[in-house]
Amino acid sequence: MSSVALRLEAVSHAFHAGTPNEVRALDSVELELERGTFTVVLGTNGSGKSSLLNAIAGSLALSEGHILLDGREITQWPESRRARLISRVFQNPFTGTAADLTVAENLALAEGRGGRRWLRRTLDRDRRAAFENTVAELGMGLEDRLDTPIGVLSGGQRQALTVLMATMVRPSLLLLDEHTAALDPRSAEQVIRLTRRAVTAGNLTTLMVTHSLSEAVRLGDRVLLMHRGRVAYDLQETRRRRVRESDLLQLFDQLRWADRLDESAAEMLRRAYV
Amino acid sequence: MNLLIGALTIGLILSLLGLGVFVTYRIYRTLDLTADGAFGVGAAVVAALLVRGAPALVATVVAVMAGMLAGAVTGFLHTRLRVTPLLAGVLTSTALYSVSLFVMGSGNISLVSADGFVSVAERLAHRVGLPPSLTLFDTNVGGGSIASLGLMLVLAAGTAVLLALFLNTEIGTAMRAAGNNPQMARALAIDVNGMVVLGLCLANGLVALSGALMAQYEGFANIQMGIGALVSGLANLLLGEALLGRRTLGRWIAGAVVGAVAFRLLVGAAIRAGLDPNALKLVTAAFVLGVLVLPRLLRRASLPAEAGERV
Repeated sequence: MSSVALRLEAVSHAFHAGTPNEVRALDSVELELERGTFTVVLGTNGSGKSSLLNAIAGSLALSEGHILLDGREITQWPESRRARLISRVFQNPFTGTAADLTVAENLALAEGRGGRRWLRRTLDRDRRAAFENTVAELGMGLEDRLDTPIGVLSGGQRQALTVLMATMVRPSLLLLDEHTAALDPRSAEQVIRLTRRAVTAGNLTTLMVTHSLSEAVRLGDRVLLMHRGRVAYDLQETRRRRVRESDLLQLFDQLRWADRLDESAAEMLRRAYV
Repeated sequence: MNLLIGALTIGLILSLLGLGVFVTYRIYRTLDLTADGAFGVGAAVVAALLVRGAPALVATVVAVMAGMLAGAVTGFLHTRLRVTPLLAGVLTSTALYSVSLFVMGSGNISLVSADGFVSVAERLAHRVGLPPSLTLFDTNVGGGSIASLGLMLVLAAGTAVLLALFLNTEIGTAMRAAGNNPQMARALAIDVNGMVVLGLCLANGLVALSGALMAQYEGFANIQMGIGALVSGLANLLLGEALLGRRTLGRWIAGAVVGAVAFRLLVGAAIRAGLDPNALKLVTAAFVLGVLVLPRLLRRASLPAEAGERV
């Protein structure tokens, strides 16, 4: 197998295509993720970073382009089929778990992600004991609450469990969609630590969208800055080269200047010639 | 006494309807109007087969399959053709009215001389040595009606247990997740559309079973039988939830059975006390509305109507 886990070839998606309101959320994005690397995607609102994640996960259909995972073309696969290989943690901590099902049932569903589900009992004694151990490692005291509906837990606890569920069965690709943005600082810190541990332990290929520059420089081996549906900057080996938050902030400023320049230049042309 | 046994038997038959409504209303949180059509088609198919001399078991099984097929059609309309669940159910149910008419050949079939489950129960009773009639609390009770009650008790309890076991298997758990949080289910590689179709098949199979047994018990099938089935099933379910609560899945499911029987007993008592049987559907609808709306009215009388969730 080659060292490339994920490959995007000229991936495009347009909202309101063919109308005057057409927005190119993804504009011929080319991207390769090396196996076992942690890539962070930054960008302003509407830059296309969420669309990028949704396109990879399969909840957003492409208008053009191809997506290859482990060398296999998955462009036409529905979301649920891709989920056998790609796991995902959402921004909203309530999205990743089924509120009415118990903690143990949620975990069991996550354990079934890779394979077939059949008429086997969901929870037997062995499985429950195994879950107790897994959950105990979180250090949140959840091992006594396996039979509690997961909906009564806090957002931080649910997000920690979602990270656990996403990595129980080793995914070929882990997608993190601003997964700490809705948490209080302490819970966010806890979830980040947990994420880091799981990623290191499984040597996972990870793609994380975030607005937090500090998370970006702490976790990322590589930082992508998206702008107007394209990858505007691609910073390699950010951790080794000790890229700082202020460096990233500078890049954001540059993008903003470029935008303004574009607009004022267009305005000038319009005044002069129209 | 005979009235009591009759009410209990009908309650048990209708508990299967309650279980079907449980699957769609509580697991998938949608009101599946296919139920009305599936109940009718269950009755129609069983009647058409019985008058042609098919054994009761075969006729009932085919009726269940017809109901499952109806559920699959609604599922197809909803998941593939992207019709809203409510409209999909209404369309299937409306179409099923004609299907039932075709199957039955007329609006009404008498099963008095047919060999339905009641006569099967009678024969079983005879074989185990139950007398043809016996005296309970000073009234004369037919051995057949006791046998029918027993058979329905076994069937309803067995179905409830099987449903509870199924919902705790890996597929069943995946199904509950698909209903509870489709986005999460998809992210965990659960084929949500497939699960919706499976759930609708299961639910409408149960509803058709209820309709098929009802026709055999009443001794006739009528094209109008399915009208109001969904609301009646809801009433059973809601009463059961009020009696047994919804703390565990097993209790919840048992509640659907107990609720159906209790509701029938209430109806029987009301009719005996002078309620016009024609008012039955009006009373059932009012009951469902009351159960759903009253607690909220009492709780948040001071809050504006938009504040609460919709029922």
